[in-house]
This record gives sequence, C-alpha cells and structure tokens, in this order.
Amino acid sequence: MSKILIIAEHDGQRLNQATARCVTCARQIEGGEVTVAVFAAAPGPVAAQAAALAGVAHVVTVEGAHNAHALAAVLAPQVAALAAGYTHVFGASTTTGKDLMPRVAALLDVPQISDAMAVEGPYRFKRPTYAGNAIVTLEAPPARKVVATVRTASFEAAGPGGSATLRAVTLAVPLPTHTRFVTVTAASSDRPDLASAAKVVSGGRALGSKENFQLIFSLAEKLGAAVGASRAAVDAGYAPNELQVGQTGKIIAPELYVAIGISGAIQHLTGIKDARTIVAINKDGEAPIFEVADLGLVGDLFTILPELEKSLAN
Amino acid sequence: MQKILVGIKRVVDYNVRVRVKADGSGVATDGVKMSVNPFDEIALEEALRIRERGEASEVVAVSIGPEEAQQQLRTALAMGADRAILVKTEHPIEPLTAARVLLAIVRKESPDLVIVGKQAIDDDCAQTGPMLAALWERPQATFCSKLEIRGGTAVIVREVDAGLETIEIDLPAVISADLRLNEPRYVKLPDIMKAKKKPLDVLELGSLGISAEPGLRPVRTEAPQPRSKGVMVKDVAELVSALRKRGLA
Repeated sequence: MSKILIIAEHDGQRLNQATARCVTCARQIEGGEVTVAVFAAAPGPVAAQAAALAGVAHVVTVEGAHNAHALAAVLAPQVAALAAGYTHVFGASTTTGKDLMPRVAALLDVPQISDAMAVEGPYRFKRPTYAGNAIVTLEAPPARKVVATVRTASFEAAGPGGSATLRAVTLAVPLPTHTRFVTVTAASSDRPDLASAAKVVSGGRALGSKENFQLIFSLAEKLGAAVGASRAAVDAGYAPNELQVGQTGKIIAPELYVAIGISGAIQHLTGIKDARTIVAINKDGEAPIFEVADLGLVGDLFTILPELEKSLAN
Repeated sequence: MQKILVGIKRVVDYNVRVRVKADGSGVATDGVKMSVNPFDEIALEEALRIRERGEASEVVAVSIGPEEAQQQLRTALAMGADRAILVKTEHPIEPLTAARVLLAIVRKESPDLVIVGKQAIDDDCAQTGPMLAALWERPQATFCSKLEIRGGTAVIVREVDAGLETIEIDLPAVISADLRLNEPRYVKLPDIMKAKKKPLDVLELGSLGISAEPGLRPVRTEAPQPRSKGVMVKDVAELVSALRKRGLA
C-alpha cells in the first residue's frame, strides 16, 4: 500500500490551499493513505485545519522554534527522517516546495518528479516540460521512495469533512545553523491571493507605467479578483514580483482569467492554460493570447477598461 | 573570496517553439537553435559582477552535456568567465546526476560560492541547485534576486510566493538566480576572440565514476491538449453579456 506524506505549507496560522490540492493529487493514488506533516513553532491551528481536510488519515506535527520559518536547509533533514515510514513524499510546487523538496530528494538519494500534473499510477506521473509545450510521463522505481512536487493548478483543493488523527513527533536530527531567516516583506494582503483566487485580472507591458497599472487593480476590485502581471510588467516595475504569472512565476487555474495588454508569450500562457475562462483584451488582433482566449476583444485598453468598469457596475 | 563556480546548461533557445516527436520519444532538437539557459546567464553575470567588485578572484563555468556544449561554455568565457570545464556525456542528465557531477567538481575546485540558474527552461525542474546544496551539506538560497557578500556570509533576497524573503547564509553556499537578480551583459566581438584562448577543460562523465543512468524512466512525451477555439466579441457590452451568461460577472 502507498503511504503518502505531504509536507504542509502554511504561514504559522493558516494552512495554504496548495496543501489541500496536494491532498487531492495524493488521493488519486489508488489505495493510498494520506498523512500531512506540519512543521511549525506552534503547529496547533494549522494541524487542525489539515486534519479537517477530506481524505487525510493522519496529521503529524513537528514542533520547534527552529521550524518557525520554512528554511529548506533546516526542514529537509527532518523531512528525510520522517519519510522513513512512507512510500511517497509530496510538497506543493510553490516557491516553498520547490526550495525544500529537491533538498529532501537528494538527502534520500532519489530523483524528484517536479510539477506532477496527473497521476497515472502509484509510480507513474505526468509533468510539463518546455513551458508546458511537451508533457512527459515518468515512471519512478517502485523499490524507492517517490519524491514529488505537485502542480497545484492541476488539482482541485480537497474539501472539508476529514477527521484525521493527530500525533506529535519529536525528531532527533542534527540541524544546521548555517542558514538564518532575517525577514519577509509581503505586499498588502487585503486582496485575494493570486494562487488560489477564483478570478484574476492580469496586466502586461501595454499598461505603460506603474500609475496606469492601477487600472488593473481597480478592475480587479470590481470583479472581486486577484491581480496578476506578465513578466514584462514585473520587469518594468509596474507590478511586484509576487504577482508574476507564467513559467517562472505562478501557475494558476482560476475560473476567470482576464489578460489585459498581454501579448501571450508561451512562457506566460503556460501559467494560465488551466483557467476555466480566459478573456483577452489587446490592441493587436494577431497577438498569440487570442489563440487561447475564450473571449477576445481587440481595442485600446485605455478606452475599454473605464467602459468595462462602468458596465460591470450596472 | 577566491572562487565562484557557475553552472551553464545548453538548452533549446528561449524563442524556439518546441515540437514533440511523433513517436513520443521526446522533442525534436535536430537543427534547433541551442543557447545558454537564460537563468544561467544571470547566474554568470552575478558571478562576474562579484569578481569585478573585487570580492572574488576567479569565475569558473561548468557544463554537463555533449561535445557541442563547448559552444555555450565559449559564450560564458566571452561574457567573462576565466576558465571552463565541460563534463562530457551524450546522455540526457537528470538533476540529481547533475548535482552529483557538480559536487565532484566542487570537491576538486573548492569554490566559495556556486551560482546556478533557478531552473532550466527545457525540463523546468528547478532541482539541481538545492540538490547540490544537500549533497554538499551547505546552505542554499534559491530564487535569489539580490545578493550581498559580507565576509564569510551572504545576505540574500529571495523572490517567494508571499513577496520578498531575506535570509543570511554562511559561505560556501549554493545560490540559484532568479530573473531580476541582474541583466546579463551582451557579448562583444573582441571578447569572443579572447574567449577562444581561454582554458576549457573537457573530461568524460565516466572519469568521475558517476553513471548517467536516469532514476526516472521516461515513458512517453506528448503535446499538451490544445484549448478549444474561443470567440471574438465586438465591444464591451458583448463581453459583459458573455461574462454574465457564464456567471462570471
């Protein structure tokens, strides 16, 4: 039987939705038993949220001041030790998971499957390569542990209804002191989270300035949407890095994605192609974004956006 | 600081639209333009800037790949690397194998810093940096967008999902370069000429006692499912009505 260990992602208070998506991926492994591990300074609240997810059998907590921040060098030896009783170790394909899981895999001396997007069997997974332009099916050796990051956009979040057992674990693992957390600066968090929002409004280079990019925030507000940006817009300083959508930014799967003034380089498209409905507004009717858009409107965004906001208010 | 090692991967150029082979064995690379992985260019640029600030004395570029990867190493030398090492193999290499190879080079060269790109744009794995750090038992700083050397430590700003995270690490360490760490310089013609005279050592993967055998077996490669063709609307009113019909506005 497969025993799957999922490393929970959280901010100390709330369980990240990415973990609930990993649970759905893990449940697709037939006959698998899902355990979520919470490493934290005070794991209580996060562990309770993980235990309430449908399909989670067990939650293990590893408490300690050293786990207050998700430092890969500190977490990896603990995860590798905890992995002893499991066949699979999963983390989300977020910046936290991408930082941690390869370090875990190397400590366990196994290769890693990055961005698992479909489960074909307990040891067989699909993953995207070349910015999503080629999908590869990989088979891991059944005699070894499977370490993978889960492409969260490919799986729905597991719902409530679980009642997992809770167990506190103490790990006697020497931890390095060579890596120290200093600070994290997050943008204002009163907006919906880009990675999990049902609606996203994204702006590109055509916005032309940081001031004009406010038009994107304003429309997002009207729609109750999160804000995203193309790489070009982030590089130009119109929007902060955490809003970048695409191959090297966030891969998202909202119900609605509105791309404004984004031409649609393949590196951007790979980040949005799981969106249910894509709307593109661009002045160039030949822009590649229209090849993937469900609804396209050609025109000047500076005329269209005020008009769109007004009609949405009616 | 004495030495910085930089990983350079030969990949299908950023602008090429790759085509999946009909037999499912991979993507077509015959006659396709190959380049230095863009993130590795950023990694190299950062190493050069550290050296130019007088904080390091030597930058060594390392690649693992076929004979032709010498082209990418020559580009690295033209950008300003002092010398280059190619670990030659005709086989595709998994990140864990790449990390083992880099560890072998690290053991020989004893660098104070290893900088790699945060991911390669072909396999998009983003594993080699952290795997090397794990095997080497040294700190890692992935997705680095700002780097400051302070004696035996480095202060790193990382691009994370939440925003920007700052960590402090002891050296030696492995750093993976994100997009906004810097803008790589353009190579000038005289530099290309000069690069031809710089040392480029070639050694066989087998000579390091490392196997190219992959741990993960590729079963098949296929093209992604295309999205169904959408519709063009003529104005805002039509767009809003279409959105309302779908319950999205």
